[in-house]
Amino acid sequence: MLIQMIPEIGHFALILALLMALVQALMPLAGAATRRPLWMAYARPMAAGQFGFVLLAFLCLSASYLLDDFSVANVANNSNSLLPWYYKVSAVWGNHEGSMLLWILMLAGWSFAVACFSRDLPEAMLARVLGIMGLISIGFLAFILITSNPFERLLPNVPGDGADLNPLLQDFGLIIHPPTLYMGYVGFSVVFAFAIAALLGGRLDAAWTRWARPWTNIAWAFLTVGIALGSWWAYYELGWGGWWFWDPVENASLLPWLAGTALIHSLAVTEKRGAFKSWTVLLAISTFSLSLLGTFLVRSGVLTSVHAFANDPSRGFFILMLLGVTVGLSLLVFALRAPRVSHAVGFNWLSRDALLLINNILLIIMTVTVLLGTVYPLLLDALGMGKISVGPPYFNALFVPLTVVLCLFMGLGPVSRWKRMATGELWRRLALAGLAALVIGILAPLLYGGEWNLWVSLGLVSALWLVLPILRDLYDKSRKTGLRRLSLAYWGMVLGHLGVAVTIVGVAVVSNYSVERNVRLAPGDSVQVAGYEFAMTDLQARRGPNFLADTATFEVRREGATRSFTMAPEKRLYLARGMPMTQVALRPGLFRDLYVAMGEDLEDGSWAIRIQYKPFVRWLWLGGLLMAAGGVLAVADRRYRRRRATAPAGKEALA
Amino acid sequence: MKRRLILLVPLLGFLVLSIFLYRGLSLDPAQRDSALLARDFPAFEASTLEDPERRVDRSLLEGQVTLVNVWGEWCPTCKQEMPQLLDLAERGIRLVGIDYKDTREQGLEFLEEFGNPFEVNIFDPEGELGFELGVYGAPETFLVDRDGIIRYHHTGYITPQDVREVILPEVQKWQ
Repeated sequence: MLIQMIPEIGHFALILALLMALVQALMPLAGAATRRPLWMAYARPMAAGQFGFVLLAFLCLSASYLLDDFSVANVANNSNSLLPWYYKVSAVWGNHEGSMLLWILMLAGWSFAVACFSRDLPEAMLARVLGIMGLISIGFLAFILITSNPFERLLPNVPGDGADLNPLLQDFGLIIHPPTLYMGYVGFSVVFAFAIAALLGGRLDAAWTRWARPWTNIAWAFLTVGIALGSWWAYYELGWGGWWFWDPVENASLLPWLAGTALIHSLAVTEKRGAFKSWTVLLAISTFSLSLLGTFLVRSGVLTSVHAFANDPSRGFFILMLLGVTVGLSLLVFALRAPRVSHAVGFNWLSRDALLLINNILLIIMTVTVLLGTVYPLLLDALGMGKISVGPPYFNALFVPLTVVLCLFMGLGPVSRWKRMATGELWRRLALAGLAALVIGILAPLLYGGEWNLWVSLGLVSALWLVLPILRDLYDKSRKTGLRRLSLAYWGMVLGHLGVAVTIVGVAVVSNYSVERNVRLAPGDSVQVAGYEFAMTDLQARRGPNFLADTATFEVRREGATRSFTMAPEKRLYLARGMPMTQVALRPGLFRDLYVAMGEDLEDGSWAIRIQYKPFVRWLWLGGLLMAAGGVLAVADRRYRRRRATAPAGKEALA
Repeated sequence: MKRRLILLVPLLGFLVLSIFLYRGLSLDPAQRDSALLARDFPAFEASTLEDPERRVDRSLLEGQVTLVNVWGEWCPTCKQEMPQLLDLAERGIRLVGIDYKDTREQGLEFLEEFGNPFEVNIFDPEGELGFELGVYGAPETFLVDRDGIIRYHHTGYITPQDVREVILPEVQKWQ
């Protein structure tokens, strides 16, 4: 009996969560405005309650999937009794309704985390922060309940079996990519709530930035990993070896990342130097707004994308209203309450302050560039000027040079000082590193590829320019004070910048030195690609849990080597949807990937086979992981823990 | 006061963007190539290739998602396209052919030689229906949904890759 009621329990839990969100938003905000501690005290328990009920709803939907309850429309459309259990779980968020439920679960989770880990926050601040997060929850819970109910039943005609999960999504990468990405997207709601709370409270000092910094770093780290996972997934699952397509949905995740990157740097300046106050608030609002915009672009289908999601204009309209109210109101609050006179903090043009300002400006230019490229087709269409699509040429032509300029200043940042520094000192710190970067960067393509390549050189020089001055700085510091005295925050910065350099090397090398061959092969044939011999030894048909597959077996050997290894790409036909899929065979390595994908059956027993050699492709994602690790490491810094242990909240705000 | 106005700039920028996003909601980005998309399949009355006595009209295309393929014996790429069409038919998708600017004899010969994936073929020797459809040449393929509305238009030869990446997802979308 209870088992049959699971979808209704989930639905009811969502309604209760909405009611809790209402109380979580209204009581504490009103309490903070009228200084009533009792009203403010609603914030914490309501955040916990809301999280509990959203979690219950999520578990109910997961249970419906695991129990193959095809009377639930969502399950019938996206699952199948033959689907392995782990894909049944990940199918929960492989569709519109479920992924919105995951979104709101993340939001409730972040609110709950703020409620748990902010014991030292002033009551009024906490009340406002949780109140604002509650407001956002209200919007999204209402969105789910009104337009996208995941628990809708198909009664009385219950299908015998489900339509199956899209085979593209039946993959490990897709189990973890959306949750990670959403953790990042939604995590920026915390810094957003802090910024608005600071505006409402009228105390726009550096204190809010210190509280918001760890949350921002964590959200940013999740987003970084999420984007890297998405790129990795596209690389091995789509079967053509690309890792970034400048697709609107990818751009939607890149936009908050770029703005978030600017934000974590700007937060540092505001915390340490009390400068850029309004700017930091605006960035905090923008970053979360871009997350919401990303949600809108993906969920409304206003832009064409390789990610085919179900589109429904009424949903698009609802999200646009949410976006409009949230962003519009917060920008209005910003316009009314941002500090009238910016507190002038003097700094020289050759200082860390100035460099971080330039960093911010460049990152914002990059954000606007990507935003324009993404919405440009929409703008033209809306103006009746025809339908066009903005392709990779536009993005590459602008994004690559901007990145190089950004690197130029990024190399200077870590070795500069706050406020001002002498030109001579900077010169002394950078000259050798700069020269080495130039020489190695220009010579390396000659040695590696046999001929000079401008783009590879540009990439390598940029990357080395980021790394070498830091190494030199570390060397100086190890002699003066010893490496143990360096703070975790410093190490976080080092890792983050190193990650950027690693990614840049990956991009430069894989974009210029990849080899791709399309060949026709039958068992017994072999082909040479990039110094490897690929011999097709076997071709067999097999049956998987919910698909049929043709498997080709290759013996691959490096030229001159005696040891060989096996690679076995597959062409699968998924039964429920009759949809064919390419299962790539990968031989990953730190310095090169070998990539074999089956194309078409050419009927005479041979197949069209796509073989690719991808040097340094792993560096793309390795860099992302390093950046994320840097972000997390910075949060672990003693500074944040000590504050929680000793400093009383009130004094902290004044400090 | 001036500073206050500057602080309004982000809000104004956002408002302008939202107007465009709102317009965007009512525009279909896929409506790029054919003026016929989302319109009814044009009305027609013709005999079938197989049986000159049998008359068919628009109602032939209603009730089931159908791929309408325009072909002719005179068209070499249509021959290359046949394996993909046979493959689609094998997957249970309903195909209807339009034998375009052809003679009955040659059309039937073509089907004999290259296989017949079509449930039925509309005989269009003068190219009248093709003109209504805005066909440039053969082959061209239209996806018609169960209400007889054109949902997708493919110009030229359908490659095996197109079958997998375009045609099947489109068929599924409207099924």
